[in-house]
Amino acid sequence: MEKFVSHTGIGVPLRRSNVDTDQIIPAVYLKRVTRTGFEDGLFAAWRSDPDFVLNQEAFQAGSVLVAGPDFGTGSSREHAVWALKDYGFRVVLSSRFADIFRGNSGKQGLLTAVVDQGDIERIQLALEAVPGTEVTVDLAQRRVTVAAADGNFQVGFEVDDYTRWRLMEGLDDIGLTLQHVEAIDAFETTRPQWLPVTLPAR
Amino acid sequence: MVDEGHLAVERPGGAAVGRTLAQKVWDAHVVRTGAGGEPDLLYIDLHLIHEVTSPQAFDGLRLAGRPVRRPDLTLATEDHNVPTTDIDRPIADPVSRTQLETLRTNCAEFGVRLHQLGDVEQGIVHVVGPQLGLTQPGMTVVCGDSHTSTHGAFGALAFGIGTSEVEHVLATQTLPLKPFKTMAVTVNGSLPQGATAKDIILAVIARIGTGGGQGYVLEYRGEAIRALSMEARMTVCNMSIEAGARAGMIAPDQTTFDYLKGRPHAPSGADWDAAVAAWSQLQTDADATFDAEVVFDAADLEPFVTWGTNPGQGLPLSASVPDPAELDDESERSAAQRALEYMGLTPGTPLRRIAVDTVFIGSCTNGRIEDLRAAAEVVQGRVKADGVRVLVVPGSERVRQQAEAEGLDKVFRDFGAEWRNAGCSMCLGMNPDQLAPRERSASTSNRNFEGRQGKGGRTHLVSPLVAAATAVRGTLSSPADLEPATSS
Repeated sequence: MEKFVSHTGIGVPLRRSNVDTDQIIPAVYLKRVTRTGFEDGLFAAWRSDPDFVLNQEAFQAGSVLVAGPDFGTGSSREHAVWALKDYGFRVVLSSRFADIFRGNSGKQGLLTAVVDQGDIERIQLALEAVPGTEVTVDLAQRRVTVAAADGNFQVGFEVDDYTRWRLMEGLDDIGLTLQHVEAIDAFETTRPQWLPVTLPAR
Repeated sequence: MVDEGHLAVERPGGAAVGRTLAQKVWDAHVVRTGAGGEPDLLYIDLHLIHEVTSPQAFDGLRLAGRPVRRPDLTLATEDHNVPTTDIDRPIADPVSRTQLETLRTNCAEFGVRLHQLGDVEQGIVHVVGPQLGLTQPGMTVVCGDSHTSTHGAFGALAFGIGTSEVEHVLATQTLPLKPFKTMAVTVNGSLPQGATAKDIILAVIARIGTGGGQGYVLEYRGEAIRALSMEARMTVCNMSIEAGARAGMIAPDQTTFDYLKGRPHAPSGADWDAAVAAWSQLQTDADATFDAEVVFDAADLEPFVTWGTNPGQGLPLSASVPDPAELDDESERSAAQRALEYMGLTPGTPLRRIAVDTVFIGSCTNGRIEDLRAAAEVVQGRVKADGVRVLVVPGSERVRQQAEAEGLDKVFRDFGAEWRNAGCSMCLGMNPDQLAPRERSASTSNRNFEGRQGKGGRTHLVSPLVAAATAVRGTLSSPADLEPATSS
């Protein structure tokens, strides 16, 4: 996984709450067996609306999504994270994320930063006032800096220590777990023998 | 591994404290305790996989040269992307066909048991696991599907994961996880006639909201929950994710044991006795505390339907479409406005006056035999409303065969419904079973998101009883609204 320390890019205001993963990428795009190329499915239904934020030229190269509360609810599809990343997003800011989406993001190097709803609205206003405004998200300092027209302002964000460390180091979870393979071996010897196995089929 | 008894945990202060069901199952699966903010490493007893969220995980294994650690704790089935008609013919959509063929190749290469289209055990992954007796109390169960919470009905800790985690479990049979908080959802009293498990969970989600369960495992408790059958309990736990909770659980009891006994992968003989002894310890201790609690009175519940575009936007069927202007919260108000616009609804319209185009009976929420029986009983001797399309999609091939043995297929066909093969079908509209733009459905599934059942489609989530009555009248209805049937 690519390391994430700090990122600067165009902020994109998404003034919607409860953006579920079916909105982020509809099921019809999930038939592919590849891990890349999902950018065409991102917000597919909304992108047919000319007024949608990503259809405005100043926001098209955006990489920091500033969304309403309860972002990423619903289906566990990691394709939602792939679609955001494939489009070019590196960070999503929201006051509340769904658990599975947040976990998936952490595995793929997409930073999901929890920002107070008041601060989200302040950032959205700044981004709407001057489309194309840049936002810097500093994971080391846990700080968002908005290069607003009337002067820079900063807000803090929350991310748990472990996820922050893994993102900053670009670490692969499976590799970390396999360092403890002896503990897994030992645990397996303690499992009750009546627990079910799928093989052979009965 | 299951807890050996009421082993009290010492708090740092020295006082012994009881544990919740979720904590007991968690504690029994910790391979390694995380230190200094690190997650615990949790052992996974059962990993269910399907065609949509696994191909990239198998690719990852191949790239790293890793095997599947425990193929004998892994089971694959085809469900999300399968057709529900003409299943003996090649799949028309080449991209869908490739996805299914990829699963078949992967399972063959890595030694994973697969129930593919046409196999008697094929079906929706959350119907198949319990039906085979593979889902048992006290287990940890994961799947690359958010409705894995279904298996919590057995007192298992079961939750959905993403594809990176699918790869992680395939490679290590573990997951690094931070402990969940626990929330008691207590439903006292008994359900009135016409109210079902689906109405319980829709009411729970409407109360706590789509984010209310975030970070929690919900434990459903109380007299009304205890009175539910296993299949009804699965309906309740299934939609825990719609309240933001990754998992929902119900403590195992005699109902659970009776359901499991004799199933293909349930323990037998002395193993059965040992298992029941261990399962019987899986109760929340009387002195355990939950991080949060909500209480419902079942007597207040009635058939519930959603009017909006998230599962928390629901009301009793007797209510009317809400007026967003009356909502205090700005974010809720704009969400409701957007939802009504998408749904094509006017505030103040009685929900019973909403006419539908399609009725969908099926899904991992309500595609089990009891659901089909309940719907069949309502439609028996009746004819569906003019112009309404009715799809009945069994949750698994076994359910389909059972229903046919009971003559339910004939009841549905005589009614004018389409009787299909097993799969996820119109719940997520990944296969050809979709709504057209602006088409409106009453659906026994779990999500009414914009476009979920087809681009521009409008979904009202309902119970099988409401779905069946709606198919009769053509407008959202409960069985109590129906005239007596012509024959029975």
